[in-house]
Amino acid sequence: MMFERIKEKLEILADAAKYDVSCSSSGSKRANKNKGLGNSDGMGICHSYTQDGRCVSLLKILLTNHCIFDCAYCVTRKSNDIKRAAFKVQEVVDLTINFYRRNYIEGLFLSSGIFKDADFTMERLIRVAKKLRLEENFNGYIHLKSIPGASDELMREAGLYADRLSVNIEIPTISGLKKLAPEKNHSDFIKPMNKVKNEIIQYNSEKKLIKSTPKYAPAGQSTQMIVGASGESDREIMLSANYYYKNYNMKRVYYSGYVPISNDPRLPSLGSQVPMLRENRLYQTDWLMRFYGFDVNELLNQQFPNLDVEVDPKLSWALRNQHHFPVDVNSAEKEMLLRIPGVGLKSAYKILQARRFRKLNYDHLKAIGVALNRARYFIICDSRGWEKRDLGPAKIKSLILRNSVGKFRKEYSSQLSLF
Amino acid sequence: MKPSTCLTYDGTFQGLLTCVYITFEEKLDVNNILPPGIPQTEMFAEIIEVISDENKAKRVWNGFINYATRRGQNAIYYAYLSELPKIELDILRYFQHTFNRKMSVDGDFANAHVLKITQTAKMVGREKHRMEAFVRFQLTKDNIYFSNIEPDFNVLPIIEKHFASRYSDQQWIIYDTKRNFGLYYDLIKTRIIHINFSKNLSLLEEKKHLFDSSEIEFQRLWKKYFEATTIKSRINTRLHHQHVPKRYWKYLSEKNPLHN
Repeated sequence: MMFERIKEKLEILADAAKYDVSCSSSGSKRANKNKGLGNSDGMGICHSYTQDGRCVSLLKILLTNHCIFDCAYCVTRKSNDIKRAAFKVQEVVDLTINFYRRNYIEGLFLSSGIFKDADFTMERLIRVAKKLRLEENFNGYIHLKSIPGASDELMREAGLYADRLSVNIEIPTISGLKKLAPEKNHSDFIKPMNKVKNEIIQYNSEKKLIKSTPKYAPAGQSTQMIVGASGESDREIMLSANYYYKNYNMKRVYYSGYVPISNDPRLPSLGSQVPMLRENRLYQTDWLMRFYGFDVNELLNQQFPNLDVEVDPKLSWALRNQHHFPVDVNSAEKEMLLRIPGVGLKSAYKILQARRFRKLNYDHLKAIGVALNRARYFIICDSRGWEKRDLGPAKIKSLILRNSVGKFRKEYSSQLSLF
Repeated sequence: MKPSTCLTYDGTFQGLLTCVYITFEEKLDVNNILPPGIPQTEMFAEIIEVISDENKAKRVWNGFINYATRRGQNAIYYAYLSELPKIELDILRYFQHTFNRKMSVDGDFANAHVLKITQTAKMVGREKHRMEAFVRFQLTKDNIYFSNIEPDFNVLPIIEKHFASRYSDQQWIIYDTKRNFGLYYDLIKTRIIHINFSKNLSLLEEKKHLFDSSEIEFQRLWKKYFEATTIKSRINTRLHHQHVPKRYWKYLSEKNPLHN
């Protein structure tokens, strides 16, 4: 191997791939066949963390950062004056195998700039995955990018070797896309997404009849949206996310706070802050939709088009809907336990288990891990000291803010002091 | 009233289960169970040395799995592997609680012993997961992928399966230098080994002698990748340290590579 040359390429092509936030390696089941290399057992592993605190699970690189498109938000856009490079298929295979054998990674995440045309690029990505699976007997995780506009035949083949496929929507609204990436067509994004969705449905139904049906993208599809580049409200972003979850069976939608990379007047200028708090609140909302039984319209609607930055979206919902509270933790249904601020999925499970043995009081709840500083205003339990005062939402909010610390507090406390 | 008793055992899981057996059979009021090497400090307790017994241990375990769920069984074993001081007593109480209620108690989180066992098992599980993540193999000249670790808890017995099923076409060794034993997979099966390391192993010359010539190059590539994938405008040192506590850095070649 030509280590010096590879090192140079790796630096350029890993740097260009880092804005793709997905690094998940979970949700796929692939056994190690015939004493080959690697497996995926459903649970992802983060092998390291970058200094920005993000997980490193996969070798995430571009095949090339040459690109025929000129999307304003993208660092590899045609008009950007940067170093360009391209990996050979065999180089990516060798890097993946050697990193995997040393337990650095769970597998490969391969994306690419678009050179020549969509199909030409997609075909190259598939060739890497195919080589890993067939020649190296590699059973680790492979995430391939679906190139917008790629043909149905190629998408069908891609799913046979990849665990996950993803197309990044990037701009949540069609009008935003027109403004920032005028050469790209919304339907080009949807086309491969739709094909993969239909193939997954078809393979799963065949699998029920014929056990030996091969796996097709067992870890499903995901997508990503940039937050804060084109002026959408939180409601528009989450409605859009909800649409992709419902209509394309997405496993995940990722939200990526826009990192300023150019002086384009259509975008936030260089040096403006990455909206990390907003990103965090969007992920919280995403979790509430997927695991806590909330409908997107309960959290964001015409009256509340944007999330509250000061408190998390569940607490914010509870403050607006005080008629649902207090909840008796010793008798409430699971659905209602999950709606109590300060009670997460694990606490709800523990409450349900523990209350079969005895009635629970504040001490029990605290030991179990419930965040009582928030929960106390919304529950009754087997303690006498429960909150009996009739406090309004504003009062509760200020009490909670006063008696807690938040990791983002310093970012908005300056705004608050203006009032 | 019978005086309270302190049991000593050989530190094995079987020995600990034998302690549980003795406690029930002789209706003892046990207030401590000590592994080897921990001095006994109870002034007025009677001390009994428990000899590990396979049959007695089996009877306790079979009785236990009659009631306990898979989750409860794992929790007990994981808690034992934690080697935390006094964890044996919580394990005993967990068994007593199970046998008194004649049912699975793994959901009784309001019971202090059950909660303690659950939380300890969680800590051990987290350490297991971290070792699966942070082990960094280095290729030796003998074509063996080698890694040494010093885990907080004794997790080698529970990570074996993961590595054996994943790396079934390469020879590897994972060595616990704190407890001085390791796992060696020879392409057919995994076995326990003991190595006497040369004192000079930390020296660069010694390492060059030991490892394959490509090893340094791959570590350099990995370090380069690690640096390139960081987004500078989002650096968050607190979060970074939270995910990779400093005591684990010694394993990570991206943090302290061979060529330094």
